[in-house]
Amino acid sequence: MELIVVFISASIIHNFVLTYFLGLCPFVGVSNKTENALNMGMATTFVMTLTAAATWPVYHYILLRFNIPFLEYVSFIIIIAALVQLVEMYVRKSSPTLYRALGIYLPLITTNCAVLGLALFMVLRDYTYIKSIIFGFGTGVGFTIALLMMSGIREELEFADIPKHFQGIAITMIVAGMMALAFMGFAGLLH
Amino acid sequence: MADSVEKAQLPEEETQSLSYELVKGLWQDIAPFRLVLGLCPALAVTNSLLNGLSMGLATLFVLVASCTAVSIVRKLIAPQVRIAAYVVIIATIVTVTDLFLQAMTPGISKALGPYVPLIITNCIILGRLEAFSQKNPVLPSIMDSLGTGIGFTFGLVAMGFVREILGFGSIFGFTILGDWFTPWIVMILPAGAFLLMGGLIALVNYISHKQSSQGEEA
Repeated sequence: MELIVVFISASIIHNFVLTYFLGLCPFVGVSNKTENALNMGMATTFVMTLTAAATWPVYHYILLRFNIPFLEYVSFIIIIAALVQLVEMYVRKSSPTLYRALGIYLPLITTNCAVLGLALFMVLRDYTYIKSIIFGFGTGVGFTIALLMMSGIREELEFADIPKHFQGIAITMIVAGMMALAFMGFAGLLH
Repeated sequence: MADSVEKAQLPEEETQSLSYELVKGLWQDIAPFRLVLGLCPALAVTNSLLNGLSMGLATLFVLVASCTAVSIVRKLIAPQVRIAAYVVIIATIVTVTDLFLQAMTPGISKALGPYVPLIITNCIILGRLEAFSQKNPVLPSIMDSLGTGIGFTFGLVAMGFVREILGFGSIFGFTILGDWFTPWIVMILPAGAFLLMGGLIALVNYISHKQSSQGEEA
């Protein structure tokens, strides 16, 4: 039961993009086509789940054990960069079709602050191992949902008559603001 | 996006003076509004002026320190592993900054929370390292990062100012608007940050459009 709560909270109620402003660069950058958004979302979800699975043992069994928690940031970012590299190599070998679809997005995930944010929140909230993995997966699903919704809206926006100075990023931000308002409605789900 | 802009400008940039490197980050390429980089902190910690200012200064310090460091060691880093090397340099400096904030200003450190370590993934820093510091000597790199950092801080302060005065009716925590003022609660919520950011980007577009059309007439 608790795991379901963690999952729903991470994916919808406390959506990383719309409540913590994490992962905004890809949110703005690749949300112009639904297909790209879906691919990016899937790749990020995958890396996020792996990140949660890999950083938890490192933090609890290495950093805490040897009393060096100040190395937290350096070690987390190295783990994430290494994971992204590994995933890229694996996907390139095993499935060239998928690699072509994800290709350019994979390296971008390293600098996606949502991935590092996920690892930091996981430590701050003191989750257990299973919970951390569910949290990572839920965060990725939430990121994908936000990205997909935004890309759908932006495809429609291309045909809308927008004031000149609001075109492009400005209108995207305002639409995101409205989505954030709408997502606040989910806040009552958990109490 | 920033990368392609930078490449297009490169030929003339090499001949520009030091003061140009400093000034271009202040308006021409002002980070949060023009380049749309570093949005996460610009939206997340600007619910009050103080938070916005301290986040801006922390980012400024990390930016200048890492650009200086990379510019010094730029010939020693093999091109294949440069991104990883940069990230480790940035993460080290951010750790130092975070520990400093925790020790000297615990209140601010608590308010900024996980957004201090998230400076590591602020695309502005990696963007400046990749686009400028890795191929320029130390002094221009310092000027370039100083300009970008001040521009970024200015952006955060502008966001924090508007959000605090509309959301709480105060500045730096001092109430300046009287009882007649009904706070706009939405401005301190995430939604308000997005709406204000959209408005400010449009404003910057409007001003620069006006400037360029005036320039054509003159």
